[in-house]
Amino acid sequence: MFEPVILPVQLAWGIVLFWLALGFSSLFTQQTPRLRGLIFPLGALAALCLAGVGVIGLIDPASAIVLPIGLPDLPFHLRLDALSAFFLVLLGGSAFGVTVYSIGYFKDMERGSLALLAFWYHLFLAGMTLVLLADDAYAFMVAWEVMALSSYFLVTTDHDIPDIRRAGFLYLLIAHVGAIALLLCFGVLQGGGLEASGDFTFASMRLAEMTPFWGSVVFLLALFGFGAKAGLVPLHVWLPEAHPAAPSPVSALMSGVMLKTAIYGLLRVTFDLLNVQQGWWGTLALTLGLLTALYGVIFAAVQSDMKRLLAWSSIENIGVIVAAFGLTLIFYTDGKGALAALTMTALLYHALNHAFFKGLLFIGTGSVLHATGSRHMGHLGGLMRFMPWTAWLTLIGALAIAGLPPLNGFVSEWLLLQAFLLTPGLNQPYLNMVIPVAAASVALAAALAAYVMVKFFGVVFLGQPRDAKLNHAHEASWPERLGMIWLAAGCVLLGLFPTQVIGWMAPVVQLLTGQTLINDGNWILLAPVDAARASYAPLIFFGVLLVTVLLVFIWVRRIYHGRVRRADAWDCGYPEQTSRMQDTAEGFGQPIRHIFEMFMRVEREEPDPFDRHPRHTSASLDKIWFIVYLPIARLAGWISDQAGRLQHGRIQWYLIYSFATLIFLLVL
Amino acid sequence: MTAGILLQIAQTLLAILLAPLLLGWVNQCRAWLQGRGAPPITQPYRSIRKLFHKDAVIAHNASPLFRFAPYMIFACMALAAGIVPMIVNDLPFSPAADAIALVGVFALARVFLALAAMDIGTSFGTLGARREMLVAFLAEPALLMVFFTASLISQSTELPHIVETLAHSEFAIYPSLAFAAVAFWMISVAENARIPVDNPTTHLELTMIHEAMILEYSARHLALIEWAVALKLFTYSALGIALFLPWGIAAAGDWGALPLAVLALFAKMAGGGFLLAFMEAISAKLRLFRVPEYLGTAFLLAVLGMLIHFLLEV
Repeated sequence: MFEPVILPVQLAWGIVLFWLALGFSSLFTQQTPRLRGLIFPLGALAALCLAGVGVIGLIDPASAIVLPIGLPDLPFHLRLDALSAFFLVLLGGSAFGVTVYSIGYFKDMERGSLALLAFWYHLFLAGMTLVLLADDAYAFMVAWEVMALSSYFLVTTDHDIPDIRRAGFLYLLIAHVGAIALLLCFGVLQGGGLEASGDFTFASMRLAEMTPFWGSVVFLLALFGFGAKAGLVPLHVWLPEAHPAAPSPVSALMSGVMLKTAIYGLLRVTFDLLNVQQGWWGTLALTLGLLTALYGVIFAAVQSDMKRLLAWSSIENIGVIVAAFGLTLIFYTDGKGALAALTMTALLYHALNHAFFKGLLFIGTGSVLHATGSRHMGHLGGLMRFMPWTAWLTLIGALAIAGLPPLNGFVSEWLLLQAFLLTPGLNQPYLNMVIPVAAASVALAAALAAYVMVKFFGVVFLGQPRDAKLNHAHEASWPERLGMIWLAAGCVLLGLFPTQVIGWMAPVVQLLTGQTLINDGNWILLAPVDAARASYAPLIFFGVLLVTVLLVFIWVRRIYHGRVRRADAWDCGYPEQTSRMQDTAEGFGQPIRHIFEMFMRVEREEPDPFDRHPRHTSASLDKIWFIVYLPIARLAGWISDQAGRLQHGRIQWYLIYSFATLIFLLVL
Repeated sequence: MTAGILLQIAQTLLAILLAPLLLGWVNQCRAWLQGRGAPPITQPYRSIRKLFHKDAVIAHNASPLFRFAPYMIFACMALAAGIVPMIVNDLPFSPAADAIALVGVFALARVFLALAAMDIGTSFGTLGARREMLVAFLAEPALLMVFFTASLISQSTELPHIVETLAHSEFAIYPSLAFAAVAFWMISVAENARIPVDNPTTHLELTMIHEAMILEYSARHLALIEWAVALKLFTYSALGIALFLPWGIAAAGDWGALPLAVLALFAKMAGGGFLLAFMEAISAKLRLFRVPEYLGTAFLLAVLGMLIHFLLEV
């Protein structure tokens, strides 16, 4: 064995520094167009390198360094183990596509705001990388805040719009409520053990012996803190506001990668730092995850803003991931290591998939937004004819997220469903009863996701243009297309080569659950646990599908004529048809609204019979906002009103206050 | 292995060729039950042949997706027919795609059909797509639950294993499977656009689902879709037979049982087709917003089946 000259963690730290340097230099290079044009390509290159470092990190043993920065006696500890490495691959892979896309997307942006945007963008990437590398609570919280603040400034890029300022504020607020929970979580981890550990490093937290009670406190705080970042119901309200507000590449990163850092944190705390796990945590996470998945997908189906729809769909996917997390915990605490490994694989696979397809879909909407100037699906339609590249690439993402074979979404869903089928082995009988219902909810969420994606793709890209100006919509530029091609290729390859991907993930699964997923098949056949039980070979599946399509095509062409006549669409004998008569986005979601109305607050505006210009509008609003958040906001308002009574602005009163306090303290 | 692949191809081709016959038989039975003169059993073949000879008429604004979709849908159905054990239980393709993948194949075909329906941008197409997805999002998880019940019994999600286990079980019928069977019947009726969920012979805008989606198709594209529809009905019937009446399907390498297996398939299909026509004749079309209730019942029945499996542990 030779000693590597440079540790992977040093490489990753180098990339962080490079990104920081890029970010700062973008502030000063705006005067020289040649340098300015280099910022995003270099950033993309660094992202690719980071993915490479991640791949090395998956193979190599964990490496750590201590950086002499930070407070005195409190240096930054960085460590790159398999778990960090996996998420670095996710970050680098997704960020590469998105950053390549950004080269074209931000080309026409005004120079001053572009400089700021590039600054925050690279700071954001650096912050997320540091979160994954941090090996002590102090570095983690600093990185977490860098990530939150830089993304806040990215969300509020268009800060002259009041709605965006509001969305940004909501995001900042919930991010910090979550951060406080995390701070407490680390505090308990540090001091809550049977004997308080000396410092804030993760290494000493791992050694702390937790009582089940304090362990549960840590877990609940982590679930709250990371759940706020991930968008777990009921802490999800910021997500559908903030994601649409940000520029599309930023939404892609926030949705595809930033939410995953929360999943990373959850895994790190639960499986790595805590050395005691309890079964009920799993049940709790499973329930919350399933609720989130169903809630998210139902609301996704009734949105008419395409980015908001995708944001809700992210909530759904996070729900599925957290449900898988819960199931892993259940298996793990029940001593079923092999099954925990299977579920953990499904979880990680889905996280990776989501980074790719959600990134792809978000940047696809960015191209549509650039070409048409509209995010509202009611003003779009028929874009497949004007933007074929964007449309076909987005279609791959839409099919993947709908969980259709042979793309990547199906693989993770398949693995998760297999895990549900293995639950009869559990020792807790009551849980056995609940699991079928859980499996049914996962299946329901997946089927609804297909509904959402048909709506999304159909209304935006198919049909007739709903607006005359769409006829001048232009195709995305080449860097944009390349970014989309990268992410779409990721969706296809992750779908076709699951055994290889699972092989790469094995060290992570080993690290977290103590076992790896045994593939009973060969390189082409994915057969977790037992080949007689279940197997799936996407490559063969895809090949046979392709051959069948080709055979059918050739056969029809050979035997029959290929004459085609073009004509107008059938108008049912009613010639006065316009493109506005197509189904709208609201119309497409109407059945879902009808069925699930109990979950939402529907505000309708019915037209007056005497109205000259009748309008009918209906908005489906999040009930949780009205049930949970508005009362809290009102309560906070009331408390500050009461506190406000103390404030008179008269100096005498304030002197009396100080005097009374002094007396009170003296008495004490 | 070669023999297996040949058998696999033979079975798939057999399904493709026989599918319109089953449709013709159902139509014939229905006509008898309704006291009408019945069209010949070969009528679906004639319609398909006629359609193949016509000139295709396509709307000006149709995208390539519209022209590609029929081939995709047909291929998906052919693939599905290849996964389900019909006459033999030894299919070399089945390890590549299990029961969950089968649901995925059906979903893939459906999504392409719905997207193609939205492509032209007529109000009917989108309406059909919306309704189809509405039916699907309830039917699909219910179908998965049926498969789950069967695979919990057989400890496998691969259809040959499921059939193998169920054909040699000591029970005539598992209690959990009885629930699953009812659910499966309801789902197949919905998925195949039959009464009471959809009416394959209607063109009334208030009620149609499937027909609304394919209004813009003509000639060879329509022929492929019609054939795919017949194939879907055939595959679903074969699936029902494989799950709930698996006796007679030839085991691996058992060549002598093949003729009997073909005969058994014919007999069961004829019975199933008659039952379908009978159920259609005695029921009325549901209002669209009763469909979720209907499918919700199917979903609950399937989940109940699964729960019963856990309760009785058989």
